[in-house]
Amino acid sequence: MSAPSVRRAGDRVFVAGVALLILWVLLPIWLLFVNALSAPAEVTAFPKRFIPSFDLASLSFFFGFSGVLDALWNSVRVAAVTMILSIGVGAPAGYALSRFDFPGKEAFRFLVVMTRAFPLPLLALPLAVMFIRTGLDDTILGLALVHTTLALPFAVLITYSLFSGIPLELEEAAWTLGCNRVQAFIKVILPLAAPGIAASAVFAFVISWNEVFAAAVLTVENRTLTAFLLQSLDVSPLPLKFAGGAALVLPALFFIFAVRKYLFAMWGIANR
Amino acid sequence: MAVIEIKQVAKSFGSFTALHSVDMTIADQEFMVLLGASGCGKTTLLRIIAGLETPTTGEVWIGGRRVDHLPPRERGIAMVFQNYAVFPHLTVFENIAFGLRMKKMDQAEVTRRVTRTAELMHIGQLLKRYSGELSGGQRQRVAVARALAMEPDVILMDEPLSNLDALLRLEMRAELKGVLAESKTTTIYVTHDQVEAMSLADRISVMNGGRIVQAANPVEVYRNPAARFVGSFIGNPPMNFLTAAPAGVGKWQVAGQVFDGPAAAAAEFAIRPEDLHPAEHGLPAEVRVVEPLGPHTLITASVAGQPFRAILESNLLPSPGDILHLAPVPDRIRWFDPDTQSAL
Amino acid sequence: MPRLLPYLLLLPATAFLCLFFLFPFVQVAHDSVMRNGAYTLENFTRMAGHWKFSTAFWNTMLLAAVVVPIQLAMALTMASIVTKLQRGRSTILYIFAIPLGISDLAAGLVWLAIFEQSGFLNSLLVGLGVIDQPILLLGYQNTWIIFIAIVLAEVWRATAIMMVILVAGMGLIPKEYREAADVFGASRWQKFRRVTLPMLRPSLQTALILRVILAFEVFAVVVALGGTQLPVLMSETYHWQFAMQERGVAAAFAMVILGVSVAFTILILRLLHVPKGARV
Repeated sequence: MSAPSVRRAGDRVFVAGVALLILWVLLPIWLLFVNALSAPAEVTAFPKRFIPSFDLASLSFFFGFSGVLDALWNSVRVAAVTMILSIGVGAPAGYALSRFDFPGKEAFRFLVVMTRAFPLPLLALPLAVMFIRTGLDDTILGLALVHTTLALPFAVLITYSLFSGIPLELEEAAWTLGCNRVQAFIKVILPLAAPGIAASAVFAFVISWNEVFAAAVLTVENRTLTAFLLQSLDVSPLPLKFAGGAALVLPALFFIFAVRKYLFAMWGIANR
Repeated sequence: MAVIEIKQVAKSFGSFTALHSVDMTIADQEFMVLLGASGCGKTTLLRIIAGLETPTTGEVWIGGRRVDHLPPRERGIAMVFQNYAVFPHLTVFENIAFGLRMKKMDQAEVTRRVTRTAELMHIGQLLKRYSGELSGGQRQRVAVARALAMEPDVILMDEPLSNLDALLRLEMRAELKGVLAESKTTTIYVTHDQVEAMSLADRISVMNGGRIVQAANPVEVYRNPAARFVGSFIGNPPMNFLTAAPAGVGKWQVAGQVFDGPAAAAAEFAIRPEDLHPAEHGLPAEVRVVEPLGPHTLITASVAGQPFRAILESNLLPSPGDILHLAPVPDRIRWFDPDTQSAL
Repeated sequence: MPRLLPYLLLLPATAFLCLFFLFPFVQVAHDSVMRNGAYTLENFTRMAGHWKFSTAFWNTMLLAAVVVPIQLAMALTMASIVTKLQRGRSTILYIFAIPLGISDLAAGLVWLAIFEQSGFLNSLLVGLGVIDQPILLLGYQNTWIIFIAIVLAEVWRATAIMMVILVAGMGLIPKEYREAADVFGASRWQKFRRVTLPMLRPSLQTALILRVILAFEVFAVVVALGGTQLPVLMSETYHWQFAMQERGVAAAFAMVILGVSVAFTILILRLLHVPKGARV
């Protein structure tokens, strides 16, 4: 075989590999949506069709099921509080890390990075007791606090990388042009960092939206969607499970799309 | 209207001392250049004057007002940064207007000043653009215009031309000199480029190891270096230095030749490469490398085993290995104390 | 004031992490050795004595041992592909990254749709004539199929996070190094093996630590696909905390998970240590 044809064969293998990987990622999602968009009778029927009938009965059964709408609303609220808390607490820390050198900086970074070596959902166990004592048990805020612990290290590292990417000179220029620290931050740093901060907020939202273990441990009455689905797994009929799965997955598709530009910037620095 | 006074300003970062007790006065409307190699403390000193760095000890006075505890915005200064620091999220117009808006100036005055400084810097047609749509040279112009629009008492410039390519640098240098002279502000300009320093400065402060070694007008700094460092740093190629042995009071023997010199215990002989000419009697130089440069020829040689350079007329083309006798121009010979390194 | 500013900015985050990260872990450690108000190791002996413990422990280890290497290989492949791509790069990246946003529970449900008795795998097998009747794939007779389903779901769901870290890491390696290797006559494989891989070490470190710890935390996927038929450490922890109301034993389980997590973190840090001067 001549050299160009070897290369062409190699290219074909490459393209086939890429196609296979894309199929590997997308096909299972497709199948879940086939189930979610078929009537309950079709979901339990055999054999399955690989194309949905676009019957909304499964979905309306799911959304009409007692407790589902509440759980969905709880999930949104917990995720929203998590998002606000983790950015509100994490962004100042990220800014401090990016702009100052001070004794204790390394200790703080170590604390943040250390959270990675620990299975964080387990925190829910001792916190369950602490929350009962403080009246935070089974509340939106209580769960959001645990989810913030999961999201905070990311928020700190992501905002740290964002702020580090904005030259200090821009801030200094603003100071020499009549700004104090706060004005310079609002007029120069914030507009430049805003898209990235929004992306890391979305990321925090996703972390909370998807979390299962702590949510299941910490909520009883006010279950989030994941906790609700988990605790009814062995009793609920298949159409309910698949519609619930689809309800979990669909927002994720949009979230990841929204933050796609920042995924790599986030993880690139989060390495260090 | 601003005289700048630096009084015993020192700065250390941990155990590293960036500045050792610097004293300096810059006259109103003077163009002062801080010149030195990287790490000599020149940028630190500029940043202390700007208020971006706090001195460990010492005082900074601007226009008769002590400012070392004031934030940058209250010092009446404007600054041009090495990387221009043109705000990427604002148009050129809003960049130049930024400081004026902070002063809550009315819109008509803002527009007037922005247009005027933009015209002055030849960027009038770029006012609606964003930083990402500008070339390096254009960004540089925006940065300068932004500083000038403030009509500050003092303009501080931190290596403003170092990121431009050679041709553009030459052009901007001349332009800056004209614009700044016009604006009647006091200017402090940091650079590591000696040609830039010579061409722009009313006065040059040569810095080394956190100290000001010499502060004088460019010709003085070139002709009469106050210290061996200044001679070896300024000039391309730099000054030649040769050891000298005492040969009687006020007489020194250098490479077999006897010269009149200072009455001192020890001395080092120094001469600039262009202050030499071939003669029958002179310093015997064994030629190593010959570089014809057009207007003249650069000779790298060795005199009594020490490295030595000479700039000669271009019609003179010796070969490596030749022995040239090079006579120094008598009144251009300088002497340095080998212990203190200062001029004798 | 300026000297205090950084501490002021760090204060909320530090306080938060102390209150909701450090303190609870001390608490859980304390709970694990406390029973009826006295210090004791009984929680651990009860845990270890339970017939499901060693199954759960080895299931967790085996899952991690199978899943992580597959994910590493796939993530490296995907990252290399993405790095090489010129056209369609961002679209393919987005598609590869989608599972990053999908929860483990949803992933479990996705694969349940494939593996359940009236699911797509059975439909396919019957359609192809491999079997006549749909079979119960996720039954207690076939725990190995449950295991495979869990492996597939985990690989499907959590490879993306490694891929993203590795793509970011590859982006940090200047392409001049690979070009230099080209000039010196390295083949494609040699370039990958001798240039890319060693320089990727810091990213590999992060990716592996993150992934291995997540693998020990495997929970919802297992419950969704296997119910209680394939116990793992997290599901047992949950079981003891809720069904048995034995917080001490649940804490002991937590300490085991914590112990293996920290041990593996240290191991990976050691194995993939990069001397300071040798970083990109």
